[in-house]
Amino acid sequence: MATTMITTLDRSSRAAARGLSDISIRNLFIIPTVLFLIVFNIFPLIYSLGYSFTDFRASTNAPANFVGLQNYRDLLNDPYVWSNFAITAKYVIISVAGQLLVGFGVAMLLNRDIPMKGLLTTLLLLPMMLSMAVVGLFWKLLYDPSFGIINYALGLGTFEWLSDPKMALYAVALTDIWMWSPFVMLLSLAGLSAVPKHLYEAAAIDRAGPFYTFFRITLPLVAPILMIAVIFRTMEAFKTFDLAYILTSQPTAELISIRLYKMAFQEWQTGRSCALAYIVLIMVLAITNIYVKYLNKVKER
Amino acid sequence: MAHIQLKNISKTFGNHTALTGLDLDIADGEFFVLLGETGAGKTTTLRLIAGLEKPSEGQVFIDGVDVADWGAAERDVALVLQQYSLYPRYTVRENLEFPLKPKIRRLPDAEIKDRVDRAARTLRIEHLLDRKTDRLSGGEMQRVSIGRAIVRKPRVFLMDEPLSALDAKLREALRTELKNLQMQLGATFLFVTHDQIEAMSMGDKVGVLNHGRIVQTGTPHEIYNNPRDTYVASFVGSPPMNLIDGKLVNGRAVMAPLNFELPFSGGAKASGATDGRPLVFGVRPEDVYLESGAPVEARVHDVENHGVEKILTLRVGDATLRATVPARTDVAIEQAVRFAWNPDKVVLFDKGSGVSLRHVG
Ligand SMILES: Nc1ncnc2c1ncn2[C@@H]1O[C@H](COP(=O)(O)OP(=O)(O)OP(=O)(O)O)[C@@H](O)[C@H]1O
Ligand SMILES: [Mg+2]
Repeated sequence: MATTMITTLDRSSRAAARGLSDISIRNLFIIPTVLFLIVFNIFPLIYSLGYSFTDFRASTNAPANFVGLQNYRDLLNDPYVWSNFAITAKYVIISVAGQLLVGFGVAMLLNRDIPMKGLLTTLLLLPMMLSMAVVGLFWKLLYDPSFGIINYALGLGTFEWLSDPKMALYAVALTDIWMWSPFVMLLSLAGLSAVPKHLYEAAAIDRAGPFYTFFRITLPLVAPILMIAVIFRTMEAFKTFDLAYILTSQPTAELISIRLYKMAFQEWQTGRSCALAYIVLIMVLAITNIYVKYLNKVKER
Repeated sequence: MAHIQLKNISKTFGNHTALTGLDLDIADGEFFVLLGETGAGKTTTLRLIAGLEKPSEGQVFIDGVDVADWGAAERDVALVLQQYSLYPRYTVRENLEFPLKPKIRRLPDAEIKDRVDRAARTLRIEHLLDRKTDRLSGGEMQRVSIGRAIVRKPRVFLMDEPLSALDAKLREALRTELKNLQMQLGATFLFVTHDQIEAMSMGDKVGVLNHGRIVQTGTPHEIYNNPRDTYVASFVGSPPMNLIDGKLVNGRAVMAPLNFELPFSGGAKASGATDGRPLVFGVRPEDVYLESGAPVEARVHDVENHGVEKILTLRVGDATLRATVPARTDVAIEQAVRFAWNPDKVVLFDKGSGVSLRHVG
């Protein structure tokens, strides 16, 4: 099957002159990538799977003892870990829903003939291009209780966004929404501009109102690409570390990856943290899988 | 249901002019066919009437009201778009129901079902009703898109080449169906086509569009027998009218470069047909006949057998002209024949402007 896809080599090409067949050219491109992936991704993945069944601590010289599923059992019975998961879930839902609303909304506004549309789109994309750490530090200043511009603008006095246990998680989510709505906007814009104009014309002729047109034509056609945006953003939000770590140290905003970081590099429970990392990985995979199944259903419709 | 008027409409796209000084009057309940070559501006005209496009100049009236500020919905037209525009992801039935379902003017379910079924029967797509529209053939899509127009009872039906993707048999059947529908409903139809046979067989009135101008409007009979200029003469009719350069000398048509003469009696009817004026003589192929004693000799260049008749291409000097003769006429290629024309049916055009002398007045 694979070999039938390979076209026969043009006898007069330079590659042919050097005695390279199509297959060897293919290998030349693929093998370095595959090697790279194996050394830096696959190998650590398997290695850490091994550690997750031991009580290994990277800070001591004590040999690792095999403890079977003990780490997993402990973690899944630990109410603190579960509360971290609950916080993460809340964060993911708020942040992804926010990005979806803002991103799609802005895309709807941009998807018409307006002057300087290109420039506007580019400017709106900027937050996404900054580094997470920079955004974190930057928003920390904006949120600052005494001299932050947000309190100044909203007239909130010295409200402590990031130290308030109730507010901290929302503040982080808000920053994430600011940073990643442009991503959803970009994908939505691609989806919206792919809806043929004549469909809107046909709907106007059929005397469909704006809501009817939106729910019967626009949304069904953009839904698959919106789903893809949701998948990406859910995966990323689930793994959020740097933004939350820089912005706040409130336990009410301790996402699962921060818990994982503390376990691994502050408490040096290397084996157990490997197990937690695997639990997170499986969860992300499971959620993504559900989405992908749903996406395929949406596409089929 | 509605009387449509276009007054002095012009439409430009950037620096490209699609329509110039277009006047059109479509009476209530009329089946009007707009005929023109590709790029003539037919679709643009329809879109202007539907309200999808704004004229650069001029006005559109529906029932005497200037509709410049009305959107497509308010104009209450049904438009079959050239590119079908079916709603993807929906079934054929859902597509047909679409115009009947918006909340504000939602009909009772039984009524919707009844209208959809009736349209499907007319268009012979009953077996496709539950199929998704992206699994249809071109001709099927086209019929669904006609269906979406005829489930409604709009003020005007606008159809942009709605039969172009169908095979000959189905096209003929649907021509009749659409025509019947129009007569039943007494609806105003504006039907766009580049197919002159369609225009001739369906239209109460035909408007010929050339490069964004209406060249002639009239009944199919007028357009066919009394074309306003050489463009209409050569565009309408298959095979088209023969156009031969020449002039009148003492009641005879003398073909200048070709050196043959034919008797001409109709000259009196057309004023301005003075002797010696450079003219173009137009004669339909069916008004050219072969006869042993006829005045001009020609050779048979080509024979097309169409069953009931034969279309001969005759060669005189190095020019050719077409003649339609009964199928039983026995001719062979390169055979020498003699022909004449029916002088009453000859149309005279001015050589310079191409306009028929009858129309100049
Ligand atoms: N949106 C547009 N922008 C620029 N030019 C246009 C546009 N729409 C139409 N035109 C031009 O206007 C002219 C008339 O176009 P129109 O679509 O009305 O032709 P038509 O008679 O419908 O042709 P066809 O039989 O091929 O459909 C064409 O030369 C076309 O290139
Ligand atoms: Mg067209």
